[in-house]
Amino acid sequence: MKRPGWWFLARDRGAVEIKEFMRSREQMIFIFAFPVMLLVLFGAIFGGTDVTEGVSFGQYFLAGMIASGIMNTGFQSLALGIASDRDTDVLKRLHGTPLPPTAFFAGKFMQVLFVSVVQIVILIAVGVAAYGVNLPTTWTAWGTFAWVFLLGTAASVALGIGMSSALRNARAGSAILTPVVLFLQFISGVFIVYTQVPTFLQHVASVFPLKWLAQGMRSVFLPAEFETAEATGSWQHGATAIILTVWFIAGTLWAVRTFRWQRPEDR
Amino acid sequence: MTNAVEAHGLQKLYGDKAAVNGLDLEIREGEVFAFLGPNGAGKSTTVEILEGFRKRTGGDVSVLGQDPATPTREWRERLGIMLQTTSEQLALTPREAITHMGRLYPSPRDTDALLAAVGLDDHADSKPRTLSGGMRRRLDVALAVVGNPELVFLDEPTTGFDPEARRQFWGLIESLRQDGTTIVLTTHYLDEAEHLADRIAIISDGQLTALGTPASLRARATDAVVTWQDNGVQRREVTATPTALLRELLAGTTGEIAELSVTKPSLEDVYFQIIGGEE
Repeated sequence: MKRPGWWFLARDRGAVEIKEFMRSREQMIFIFAFPVMLLVLFGAIFGGTDVTEGVSFGQYFLAGMIASGIMNTGFQSLALGIASDRDTDVLKRLHGTPLPPTAFFAGKFMQVLFVSVVQIVILIAVGVAAYGVNLPTTWTAWGTFAWVFLLGTAASVALGIGMSSALRNARAGSAILTPVVLFLQFISGVFIVYTQVPTFLQHVASVFPLKWLAQGMRSVFLPAEFETAEATGSWQHGATAIILTVWFIAGTLWAVRTFRWQRPEDR
Repeated sequence: MTNAVEAHGLQKLYGDKAAVNGLDLEIREGEVFAFLGPNGAGKSTTVEILEGFRKRTGGDVSVLGQDPATPTREWRERLGIMLQTTSEQLALTPREAITHMGRLYPSPRDTDALLAAVGLDDHADSKPRTLSGGMRRRLDVALAVVGNPELVFLDEPTTGFDPEARRQFWGLIESLRQDGTTIVLTTHYLDEAEHLADRIAIISDGQLTALGTPASLRARATDAVVTWQDNGVQRREVTATPTALLRELLAGTTGEIAELSVTKPSLEDVYFQIIGGEE
């Protein structure tokens, strides 16, 4: 009798989640092909126009798409995926096994990390090839990228798990989340340059994580001179870290309090 | 002898409607125990409370010595559960699914042996999409027992099986019983309960209305059915005294009585009598 260790189980769950993702064509298209399509499309339409001297919209948009990708994978896809697992009793089945819940969530987190990294690599490759984006050359910049990415993913995952319990089912969830995510993308400096968004919408956007994620990614992928063109004239790294952390903590509390393994009618 | 499951005064209310209403139950270690009852009688609710999925409203329950309302990892390791709904498992092959599930337990069964036992060895590496409903159901059985559980819950396991698959499944249950596994089964099929179960509990309206071995339940019905042909006309009589009826018939004839049969009531007859339905 040897009880399998927590890490072993978490890793195994992560491997299964990634395998399931890779074998689901719809997910692969939504997560990998859709953002690239948007990037190419918007780039083709607006790519030539400059946001400021020396920064094309294509470059600006790449940073926004990376931020969006983190939210799509960690929040939207995860919430819908868990809701769908609940609808089809996948969660109930797991709950009937000795799998520790924390190992289950760790597996989900690994899947999100894996998918996000692959997605970002693809987006950056397209950005470099098509829009002449220059990759950051300093360790500081990559360090910024790492913490913005990890904190943004953590906040998205916590909120995604919380949201999964608020959705009645996956089908209804898709109808609710898609407009919310699109709305945030429009006001947070993804599809439209943030400083061109009406001020009151800027205030709305600055409550939510996407604006800070996008700004953080711009601080990595745009030239340092662009900082002065930001709404406050600063990258606001401190505020970004604080707001993403607050969302992560709030999301975690929400997720822990509301998480259910079973459908509402099945308790 | 110890009990795998004990319940006293088990109650589950939804609003002010009782789905389970004061159920007393003991399931012994090593026995095959079947719940029978019409839809909505409370058998699935009862089983899901025992499995640790639903919270009860009242009563005392112990499953493998623990309260199922607070399931622990150690307790889950000793339990196997097959849900009523067939799993979709859209991504993993049967071999992958069993191997992965086995890793959650301290001493899992051998994947290949288990695949053979549920008759999936020819489909071990098939794409999940190509598996029929019956095959996925058999995969569910395998997933329920992969951890070598002491107690297995099977909720309507053979729904949708063809006769051959059901026979094969019965064989699997027999082999589990021989290993000393306690098996709790809910089913709609009376012949299945009769064939497999050491004891049967009939539940209706959230209460235990009958409990006993298949033979003792059958013995509850005292009437026998006598059928024969009288000048080409089919006759049928239900009587508490079949011998007296036969004497009468014999006295009234000199030759053979055509198509004569005396049958004891089936479990099905008793079942309908108990749940108050009609034959």
